[in-house]
Amino acid sequence: MPHTRTPVVDGWFAGEGDGFRLLGTRCSSCATVFFPREDVHCRNPHCDGGSLEEVPLSRSGRVWSYTDSRYRPPSPYVSDRELPWEPYALIAVELEAERIVVLGQAAPGVTVADLTVGMEVEVVPGVLHEDAETAWTTWHWRPTGVRA
Amino acid sequence: MDVAVLGAGMHPWGKWGRSFVEYGTAAARAALADAGVDWREVGSVVGADTVRGGYPGYVAGATFAKALGWQGARVASVYAACASGAQAIATARAQILAGLADAVLVVGADAAPKGFFRPAGGDRPDDPDWLRFRVLGASNPAYFGLYARRRMAVHGDTPEDFALVKVKNAAMGALNPYARYRKRVTAEEVAASAVVADPLRLLDICATSDGGAALVLSSMEFAHRRGVTRPVRIRAVSTVTPRFPNTVLDLPDIATDSAVAVGAPDETFRASIARAAYEEAGAGPGDLSLAEVYDLSTALELQWYEDLGLCGEGEGAKLLREGATAPGGRIPVNASGGLASFGEAVPAQAIAQVCELTWQLRGTAGDRQITGARVGISANQGLFGHGSSVIAVR
Ligand SMILES: [Zn+2]
Repeated sequence: MPHTRTPVVDGWFAGEGDGFRLLGTRCSSCATVFFPREDVHCRNPHCDGGSLEEVPLSRSGRVWSYTDSRYRPPSPYVSDRELPWEPYALIAVELEAERIVVLGQAAPGVTVADLTVGMEVEVVPGVLHEDAETAWTTWHWRPTGVRA
Repeated sequence: MDVAVLGAGMHPWGKWGRSFVEYGTAAARAALADAGVDWREVGSVVGADTVRGGYPGYVAGATFAKALGWQGARVASVYAACASGAQAIATARAQILAGLADAVLVVGADAAPKGFFRPAGGDRPDDPDWLRFRVLGASNPAYFGLYARRRMAVHGDTPEDFALVKVKNAAMGALNPYARYRKRVTAEEVAASAVVADPLRLLDICATSDGGAALVLSSMEFAHRRGVTRPVRIRAVSTVTPRFPNTVLDLPDIATDSAVAVGAPDETFRASIARAAYEEAGAGPGDLSLAEVYDLSTALELQWYEDLGLCGEGEGAKLLREGATAPGGRIPVNASGGLASFGEAVPAQAIAQVCELTWQLRGTAGDRQITGARVGISANQGLFGHGSSVIAVR
């Protein structure tokens, strides 16, 4: 069993269970939200630039589109080549408050047959892959109300 | 502001297993022969870089100049992913219009890897292209699948519509000696191919290929001195970037820009690519005889119909079903056979699109000839926000 849990990318999400959130940044001057986070300069060309403050993104949003990966992706994606490839779904989710679309893997067990454009999904903690020492954690999208 | 297309040349697309230098040099020699221009007369060479071979294709322009025999020409090399070829053409045109060179050789060639494109190696968490593979395993076809599903949900497109794009393009590719795939394909064959990224199947998605393409561009005065009184002319080259906020999820991004502070622009990035070309050419969609668009997937070809203004938003599948984009239709698209028949050879592809426009506008496209072609447009989009569109006239 892996004994440490490490985010696959630092600073993109935090929290446990119902408190799990994606983390972006927000410009103090124009209120534009960035995910993945911008920490140095606001990218709005009409903004003189403010400070960028960490902000949790909305927990749920609506499916903008979805697909899946029927073939094993190339590295740097990590998968166990000893095992047969198990396809997973990818979901692009529109967050209403932030007016942003964020891509993510679907929670394990969610297939394209379970999804429709416009349905509500929520962000949940997930594990991307594990090795002997480490569980590499990530975010997953899951239809709202469905429990793993 | 026109520049003349004096020569066009290609090395056949395929999986030849040789060096990109060989493909590019063969295409360059073919373009020079077509132009009737001696290599030693060429004042400038512009290479579209491949990421293969290290030092982005040994820094492409110089590699081709060396292979053709050093003769002192000025050199430039550009990289803009799928839009590299258009940037090479734009660079050549700027040099000609600025009076820096009379005749410029533009070359792009690639030797593609097997299977999916993948990012460069190493641990690079500040690179969006690395991140989307590391964190999501999101290959290029996954993005094509997202766009296709979105069209199905918003516009009512069907997998059968997508298959018809492949059927149309394969029929044209069968007539093109430079295409990699030269066999007609049926809708049933598309439907029977394996799903790669739902809802798209293997035959909906373009392959990656080896290939090379080249053009000899010149000033109008140089063309006239050579006795070419009515050359094909490049009238516009669009190399625009997106406008903030870019609200359509773009390869290789994990998220769009937020539109919370600044509303989404009136047009998408892809539509702005074509509009910039139309404005520069003083032309519009109604003036076109044909279009070469970047059909990375069948569904994306339908998207381009709308982005080029060939029809209204959501009407791409209807335009296809009416036969308007087939040979003999109102606006034939991808008379070359498109990426469906070529497979993508990244730095060569935008140049190859202009080779096809050149042959069509000259009336020398053989069995693929679109009768009376006068104005053609090419369009594509490169990773990381690179627009690419060329309008050629005769
Ligand atoms: Zn700002």
